[in-house]
Amino acid sequence: MIQKFLRKLGKPLVKFFSSLGELSIFVIRSVANCFMPPFYIRNFLRQVMDIGFYSLPVVGLTTIFAGMVIAIQSYSGFSRFGAESAVASVVLISVTRELAPVLSALMVAGRIGAAMAAEIGTMRVTEQIDALTTLSTNPYKYLITPRIVAAVIVLPLLVLIGDVIGIFGGYVVGVYQLGFNPANYIKSTIDNLEALDITTGVVKAAVFGFIIAVMGCYNGFKSKGGAQGVGDATTNAVVSSSILILIFNYIITGMFFSK
Amino acid sequence: MSDTKIKITDLHKAFGRKVVLDGVDLEIKKGESLVVIGGSGTGKSVLIKCIQGILTPDKGSILVDDEEVVGVSEKEKEKLHSKMGMLFQGGALFDSLSVWENVAFGLLENKKMDKKNAKMEAIRVLRQVGLAPDVADLSPSELSGGMQKRVGLARAIATRPEIIFFDEPTTGLDPIMSDVINGLIIESVKGLGATALTITHDMASARKIADRIAMLYKGKIIWQGTVKELDKTNNEYVRQFINGSSEGPIKVEV
Repeated sequence: MIQKFLRKLGKPLVKFFSSLGELSIFVIRSVANCFMPPFYIRNFLRQVMDIGFYSLPVVGLTTIFAGMVIAIQSYSGFSRFGAESAVASVVLISVTRELAPVLSALMVAGRIGAAMAAEIGTMRVTEQIDALTTLSTNPYKYLITPRIVAAVIVLPLLVLIGDVIGIFGGYVVGVYQLGFNPANYIKSTIDNLEALDITTGVVKAAVFGFIIAVMGCYNGFKSKGGAQGVGDATTNAVVSSSILILIFNYIITGMFFSK
Repeated sequence: MSDTKIKITDLHKAFGRKVVLDGVDLEIKKGESLVVIGGSGTGKSVLIKCIQGILTPDKGSILVDDEEVVGVSEKEKEKLHSKMGMLFQGGALFDSLSVWENVAFGLLENKKMDKKNAKMEAIRVLRQVGLAPDVADLSPSELSGGMQKRVGLARAIATRPEIIFFDEPTTGLDPIMSDVINGLIIESVKGLGATALTITHDMASARKIADRIAMLYKGKIIWQGTVKELDKTNNEYVRQFINGSSEGPIKVEV
């Protein structure tokens, strides 16, 4: 009876730790390969286009509406104690510290994490990854390193663009809907601009980019069993990277701002 | 140097509790074409993947050119792979690349050939397997199954490997196309003077390609010999397999 219970308990536990170990080995191997030639520049540039350029519309739309919503919400909230003038700085702080990095990362996780898992997963089940190996090409270097490096470099750039668009969204709502004076709004935004707000957002973005690429590649790389396996890999990639993004957002915020 | 190209001794491999290879002993001579036959799921693919170092065996030794390949470093594995070519069952062509980039992959990435020469070489190899030059710029998904097999063969031989593996080269092809592919395999292997290891359950293909045939059953090589010896053997397992009968010592696990 007890033995049966322990067995039920132990099996998923062992499975959890063995996949955690697998993931760690995967991460170490991928990172180590970032620093060893050969480098596949073409693959890297393709990923920069995919992750960066083609994500611009999604990131733009996400951050502009986030900025607009924050402007309305903070205005209606702060008007209760007569602090409407803080709208510009609230928009600035919430967009640069939280909204632009987190929302962009979640959108990119859905877009790019899924695509990576699906592409690499399909390559796995159709033996294309084995084919790479037999052509004496290291699949880590050819497939995974370019994706990780591209994501870590490109996500911060996306977030910087998202910062500008998000603040612009807040400005549009502030000036045209809430009746702020344009010059005052801009001045208040610039006066409150601190380097720390931007840097934390950028650091977060780099970490999120790493998470998205690693989870996408790992799940794709380990997928097995045909179309269903690739489907599972895609789901797992998006779910796990989204959750990790939220967890690491908390951890990084704690590192920078808790005293 | 001996004339043995690949020597496998007491090879074991299990996945969890499922024992797939249970003490395989096999020798392949230089320039020889060996066909391993056996039912589905008897570990034929696992055998090939162990030789290539994609899977690590639990126990045993594999010598290629008298050098141990079990447990060597990644770098030595890459060196090993540069001696090898492989035709995959499903083709395994890279669908993000065009046909010629697939064929020239090894030349571009490892032999560092420049693009123009690599493309010319790819077109030459494509012609060798009976494909017109205008196929070169198509994408693999635009090709029929038979043509994909030909491109896969072209990619396998483009780097002029010393050892070529064929994983079920005729599966999914009609009998006539199968015969064409078999012919191409013989031609290209002999042309390169390469050593070939084929796994298949297609007996017509095995008879045509093989210098020697070995049968894998329950993780062991239970019989080996030439095609002539194959027809004379009294081994009941082999007889049942080549006659394709459901009755005999081999029980199909359902």
